[in-house]
Amino acid sequence: MTHVSIKDLTKVYPGATEPSLDRLSLEIASGELTALLGPSGCGKTTTMKMIAGLLAPTSGDVSFDGRSILNDKPEHRGVVMVFQNYLLFPYMSVADNVGFGLKMRKVDKAEISRRVAEMLELVKLPDLGSRRPSELSGGQQQRVALARALIVQPNVLLLDEPLSNLDAHLRFEMRDLIRSLQQEMGITTIFVTHDQEEAVVLADKVALILHGRLKQYDGADVFYKRPVDEATARFFGGQNFIEGSSDGTTFTSSFGSVALPAGVAEGRGKLTFRPENVRIGTELGSENVFRGTLEDKLYMGTQTRLKMRIGDERIDIISNPNEAEGMEPGQEVPLSLPPASLWVLSS
Amino acid sequence: MVGRESFTMKGFRFLTGAVLITWLILPLIPLAIWSFARGWFFPNLLPNQWSLQAWEYAFSDTAGVIDSLWVTIAIALAATVLSIIVGVPAGRALGLYRFRGKEFVELIILAPTIVPGIAVALGLHSVFIGLGLNNTISGVVLVHLIPTLPYMILVMAGIFANYDPSFEAQARSLGASAFKTFWYVTFPAILPGIIVGGLFAFLVSWSQYILTLLIGGGRVVTLPLLLFNFATSGRNDITGAIGMIYILPGIIILLLTARHLSGRSGAVGGFGRI
Repeated sequence: MTHVSIKDLTKVYPGATEPSLDRLSLEIASGELTALLGPSGCGKTTTMKMIAGLLAPTSGDVSFDGRSILNDKPEHRGVVMVFQNYLLFPYMSVADNVGFGLKMRKVDKAEISRRVAEMLELVKLPDLGSRRPSELSGGQQQRVALARALIVQPNVLLLDEPLSNLDAHLRFEMRDLIRSLQQEMGITTIFVTHDQEEAVVLADKVALILHGRLKQYDGADVFYKRPVDEATARFFGGQNFIEGSSDGTTFTSSFGSVALPAGVAEGRGKLTFRPENVRIGTELGSENVFRGTLEDKLYMGTQTRLKMRIGDERIDIISNPNEAEGMEPGQEVPLSLPPASLWVLSS
Repeated sequence: MVGRESFTMKGFRFLTGAVLITWLILPLIPLAIWSFARGWFFPNLLPNQWSLQAWEYAFSDTAGVIDSLWVTIAIALAATVLSIIVGVPAGRALGLYRFRGKEFVELIILAPTIVPGIAVALGLHSVFIGLGLNNTISGVVLVHLIPTLPYMILVMAGIFANYDPSFEAQARSLGASAFKTFWYVTFPAILPGIIVGGLFAFLVSWSQYILTLLIGGGRVVTLPLLLFNFATSGRNDITGAIGMIYILPGIIILLLTARHLSGRSGAVGGFGRI
């Protein structure tokens, strides 16, 4: 159980004018599963390498349980990193790969083979110990890599894009496996991903990093309900941003006044709401009902995307296909914006 | 269609084999015959008389062949080991990293294979005299590095161009020290290159003549020097016997490493793969 504290961590690569990571500060509670989320090149892998000791930070500090680890060698930090491409040692059998960390710790052979067998059982590959890594499928290699990391019972586990190389059906299996092993062993885990869905399904808390800066660090649901700014909302699939001003209870826009929930920002800003939270029809009450005109619709199987206009504002709606069936471009429908789903981004 | 193609390929392979044998093996046959001859004159297809005299002489104490063989082996081994020690890190730098002036460094490393050795050796001779390295075995070993290093570095650069250093980061993160990381992860990955480069280095050192003659000053007598002495003095039978001894390591090495030398091995890519 290790509490990870990252303080003003900064990395400027030699010759670069902009920092790749700019004063990142995070407090990661013991046993928590945290996602570092951001597009490629945002500095998330840089952060991981600095925690693992594979890269020296320009400034800032990383400490485990209050003790700075920056001067510790990578092999003494108790941090194990699982790389995106698994990096199983090709000259060793699966069992030797899994046992590698224990061998480096001079654990005796009988003990190693006992724990390797145990670990392979845990990742559901009990009979593959004598195979070569090249004989395994991608999903199996991923599990071997995970077993190889977990067997040394690290203080902190770092996962680089743990699900991104896997097929859709394997992703859920792997997600459940990572989550259950992590919970069982209580290892503080940080993983890097560019996929917000991966972050949401796997992590307790998400840190969104854009252009080397921490944008928001919160529980996954908060990113949908209360994003800090437009870029954050857009990263999570937000589409609707309406200019206007808020007085704390109503938002004045070009198409009229919109009632707001408690606790939103005041002043000039943008009203935002998720495309999936807009209701077609008035059955939810008479509050915040506006007339919308359908401009375009896109059938996507499990959902239908509707492009609508309210006054001069264009908004996106995700509705279920049944509801949207029969609606034609040009048609006018009542739309309601449930106040609880609204949020104001101050500019 | 496929069958015909493979038939053509077979024919081509056979032809290549035949040419290689003609070029490599045939010239050695007269040498081998000479070593068992006592007098062999022009119109005769085979020697008038057979004898083991040349071989007896070659293995006698007075000829110095055995001493010379040990000196040659020692020098070639030392040059190989030094080439590996220098060539592995140099090849790593060239294969893995981009840096300013890389092309220039590559050129400098390849230069000894282009610039005539005798020009370099004459220049080095005075330097080595200043350092007291002339006429010594260590001096000869050092000067042999000039032609051996390009091969070693070239092979290692090819290996490292196809090498993923993240494996080392992974090993460190799993708790391996820097040394153990090299031993368990890096070394097995680059071993084929070390073998091939090392063999090149050994053979290149083994066949040095001018450099050994100039820097060794005639005091360090390796096999090629001895061989040349007998060849110029007209003793074709003894030349034949020593020649046979001289080509032995080359053949043994070729047989041992044929599989590493094929184009499919990562070890023979050279700078082309960087």
